[in-house]
Parts: sequence; structure tokens; C-alpha cells
Amino acid sequence: MASIDINQVSKIYAGGNKAVHSVDIAIQDGEFIVLVGPSGCGKSTLLRMVAGLEEISEGEVKIGGRTVNTVEPAERDIAMVFQNYALYPHMTVRQNLEYGLKNRKTPRSDIDARVAEAARMLEIDQYLDRKPRALSGGQRQRVAMGRAIVRKPAAFLFDEPLSNLDAKLRVSMRGEIKRLQRRLGTTSIYVTHDQLEAMTLADRLVVLNGGRIEQIGAPLEIYHQPASTFVASFIGSPAMNLVQGELHGDRLAVGPSLLTLGGHAPTSGEVTIGLRAEDLRVASPDEEGLLFRLDYVEELGSQRLVHGHVGDQALTAAMALDVALDDEMKFAIDPRRLHFFARETGKRVHAPATAPASQTSVMEVA
Amino acid sequence: MQKNKLSDHLVLILGSLFLMVPVVVAFMTSTHAAADIHSNGLSLTWGGNFVETYEKVLTREGGFTGQVTGSRMVMNSFILGIGFALGKIVLSMLAAYAIVYFRMRFATLAFWVIFTTLLLPLEVRIMPSYQVMSELGLLNTYTGLIVPLLASATGTFYFRQFFKSVPDELLEAARIDGAGPIKFFIDVLVPLSRTMIAAIFIIMFVYGWNQYLWPMLMTTDERFFTLMRGIKQILQVWIGSQIPDYNEAFALAVLAMLPPVLIVVIFQSWFIKGLTESDK
Repeated sequence: MASIDINQVSKIYAGGNKAVHSVDIAIQDGEFIVLVGPSGCGKSTLLRMVAGLEEISEGEVKIGGRTVNTVEPAERDIAMVFQNYALYPHMTVRQNLEYGLKNRKTPRSDIDARVAEAARMLEIDQYLDRKPRALSGGQRQRVAMGRAIVRKPAAFLFDEPLSNLDAKLRVSMRGEIKRLQRRLGTTSIYVTHDQLEAMTLADRLVVLNGGRIEQIGAPLEIYHQPASTFVASFIGSPAMNLVQGELHGDRLAVGPSLLTLGGHAPTSGEVTIGLRAEDLRVASPDEEGLLFRLDYVEELGSQRLVHGHVGDQALTAAMALDVALDDEMKFAIDPRRLHFFARETGKRVHAPATAPASQTSVMEVA
Repeated sequence: MQKNKLSDHLVLILGSLFLMVPVVVAFMTSTHAAADIHSNGLSLTWGGNFVETYEKVLTREGGFTGQVTGSRMVMNSFILGIGFALGKIVLSMLAAYAIVYFRMRFATLAFWVIFTTLLLPLEVRIMPSYQVMSELGLLNTYTGLIVPLLASATGTFYFRQFFKSVPDELLEAARIDGAGPIKFFIDVLVPLSRTMIAAIFIIMFVYGWNQYLWPMLMTTDERFFTLMRGIKQILQVWIGSQIPDYNEAFALAVLAMLPPVLIVVIFQSWFIKGLTESDK
């Protein structure tokens, strides 16, 4: 058990290519941190620098208060789970679990006890004498996790461990990882490109883009208050709608449509507006709203996603099944649910700290 | 498929006959007496001299000095074949390990230098090699016979390709598990390469076993004669009215054939396993 401090860490490859830009993350003891971002955003590089598999070009990584920049991976007191499991194919499951302990000269009785405990926890007891090739993908992933658990490390590092599994297994393994981490209370860093996996697993999410941190926060905080258009479009499914609009005082113009914000306009001029698909609802006839042209409908069973355009900008809305659809519709949204981003930087524009009388004016609009 | 059955079998039977008959002829002929062979030529029937000929070949002390027996030659050939195969495997595995896993400055260059030595087989550099061995005083020694031929570009190349196909994560997992370079090599790479090792062993053993030119140059002492030289030796005795011991030459040839066949038979199950078990 340990905290992990990542201070101003950068990765610069030979040739000056900078993959990670001065990243700061303070991870508390027992916390489950998920690094999420599109491929090439530096999340794996960052994890590998913590593991000691990549050199740290700049900055400092501390595990349990000890600077580990030049410490060998084996000495960092971490365990890693790889995407392709990286089990030793010529060893049995038991030998795979034991290997790290043997190299550490752990006493035999201790090894046996730990392997038995991990095997029971992961329900792989009956496979202990098989070779990895005789196991299914999910079982192999359990063994890979077992190899991490038996070490009783200060931290678990997961590098997209579920990417090679099929969708159904991924969901159940996700639950299992969460359960195990809760039970063991071991600090964990988990890398994934799957925002759903990130949302469901994380105590705190770190959204990375182009080697920089876009936002750090609890999953719901990030979902409800994305710090930038990148985070807004990356987290959540379907992705948040981002449309260009113009603010004139309390009025928001999106293409031909006009909305009154009831005092919720944080700025003025050209902005990017974020609207969650599920926040949109069909407006009553005399209400103002976004004029929507329907293109096509995706049925999800519990709800349907309607895709179309407002002016010439694409928009997706999630509708309950009993809502009547039409080629031309009008959508309304609670102004408090609107997200505003600066047009040039893509950064979130926060509402002024003292929004005067906002509550009452919202009531009027609704 | 069914209707082709007869012709399939025919082709297979012809093929195996084509390969088998010379061996059978050699074996059958070796069981006849020398004079018999001289007058009647090759034979496909059992001659009845089997025990005598083979016993003589294996135990009679032949050569000019009378110091070398057939079994001695078999042993020498084994030393050469196994020494070759093992030495080449160890050397080329270590070379490939260095090239693939260590960030050396000139690793790629080193590899290509090793690779170009393929263009310089023993026959091209036989005089300088002989000179070096002779100045080191290694003529008429097993060391002199084996060591100069141990560097193997082919082996290095095969192991390099194999090591490159081993996923990097395995190395990383081993590093996290606390295995250093030597431990990783012995605990992970060597066991993973065992099918590759088997394949290289077959090729190199046969190569070493069949060496003729180099042992002939390197050894003048008959105690170091190999089977290949022995066969030649027998047919060389062409003095006066003496008939060459054809039967013995055939017997030696048959004996010389056995070990490579055995090696292939023993290792082929591994070899095939390595080809079919794609899962690494």
C-alpha cells in the first residue's frame, strides 16, 4: 500500500518527440486511478514510466514517498497486468504465479500459501497445473491478475487488461477487478481507451490528450463538468453534442434557433455549446427551442437515439420510446444543463461565481 | 479424393522406393563377402556375412598405424557432430540474444557482419583457418576440429528471428518479476526456443557429422579419424592384386547413416510440435 506521486513527468523520445508533457498526478493510498484517452495520448507511456519500463525524461515519480526514477522495475514494489497477459507460455499456471516470488527468494511455505490464496480468490484453483495455452482468454487474464496479487505489491498497474476479451467477458471482468481492488485496497493505476470502462472503474479519472492532462476528477464530476470540448466529446456515450452558437446577452443563437438562458449565460459572443443527448427533450409548441431535422433513428431498446441536424450542425438526442418522432422537431433543454466552451481554446467557460437570481429565472423558462 | 487413391499410392510407393532402394542395396551388399561383390556387383539379397563384416568393421584396428577401429571412428564422428551442434546453438543463441535484447551501438551492423559471413564458407577460408589452428598448436585435437567452425551465421539468423517474435511484454513481465538478463535468458528464452533448438540441432548435427574436408586437413593422427574418412580409407587400399573391402565400405556407410537418422527420428516430434503449436 502506498501513495504514488507523479511530479512534472515528461517523456521525450530521441529526436525530440515529446510524448508526455509535464504531467502531475497525486495518487492517494488505495485509490483507483484510471488514465483514459485516445490511442497515442501518452497514457501507456505514463504507466510504463511508473512501472520503470520506460525511462523518465523529466520530472519525478515517487512510490510510497520514495523516488524511483532510477530504480529497477522489480525493486519498485509494483505489479503489472498486460493487455496480452504476458504469461510465460512454457510454465504452468502455478509456476507463472510463483516465478516472481521465487526470484525474490520468498520462503517456500509463504509462496504456497500466497498462491493458494490468490487462486482461491480468482477461482483458478482447478487450472493451477495447466499451461496458459489450455486456458481461455478470461482465465488467462485471471492468471495474469493472480500473478500481480501474489506479489502483494504497493501498487497494481493495469495496461488495457480487458482489451483482448469479448464484450460480455469484459463487463464481468470489469466488475471483478473493481471488487478485487476494493477488497485488497491496493493503489491502482489503470490505463484504458474505453471511456465506459474508465467511468465504471475509477475513483478518479485522468483524461489525457496529446500527452497532456485535460482533466482530473471523479467520474461524475468529469461527466457533468467536462473541462474542455475534448473531454466533453470523449466521456459519455453517445458523445456530447458540440454545436457552435452565439451569445447575445441572455439569448443563445444556434443556427436559426434561439434560446433564452434565464441568466445562465457565463460569457458572450461566439461559443461552443455542449448538450448531452439525454438532456434534450421535445419542446411544447409555444416554447422556444432548437429546430431539428431528423436524419435517422437508432433503436437501443430502452431508448432511441435520434440523429439529425440543427441548421447545418449535427445533433443527437436520446428519446424515450413513447415520444412521437417527426421529420421536423423542436428540442428544449434546461439552460442549467448547457455546457459552454470558449470557441478558440475549447476550454470550459465557468459560470460567474455569483450567478444572480439564477434559480428563479430558470423556473420562469421551464 | 476417393477416385485418386490408386494413383496417390502409386506415386508415394514410387517415391519411397526411389529413396529406399539405394539404402537397401548398400545394406544388403554389405552382408556379402568382398570377393563376391567384386565379381557379382551390387546385390539385393542377403549375403550371410552380416555379423562378421560388421564386427570386423567396428573392432578391427585399421589404418597405417593400426590404431583406429570402426567404433573409434563412430565416436569421433559423434564428438564432432554433437560438439558442432551444441557449440553452434550456444554461440548463436548468445549472439542473437545480444543483438535482439541489448541496446548496443552497432547491434544492427554486428548482425549484418555476422550475416555476410554466410558468403564465406569454410572452403573459401580453409587455408587461413588451417594456418591459425596450426600456429595455435591445435592440429590433431578435438578443439581444433570443432572450434573454428562454431560461429554460425545461419543459427544466429534463425534465433534472431525467433527472439524478435517473442512478445516484448514477456521481457517486461520478467523484469517486473525480478528476473535479470541471465535469468530471463535461462528461465524464459531457452525453454521457449526448445523447438527452434531441436531444429538447429538436427541441421547442425548432420552438418558436423558429414564434415569431410576440414577433418581431413586438420588431422593426420589416425586416432582422430571420423567415419567419413574411414570409408575413403578402405577404398584407398588398392595395392597389387588385393581387392578393396567393398563390404566393409558399405558397412561403414550404413553405420555412418544411422546416427543422423536416429537424431532426426528423435527430434522430429519436437520439430513438428514447434511448427504446429503457434501459440506463444
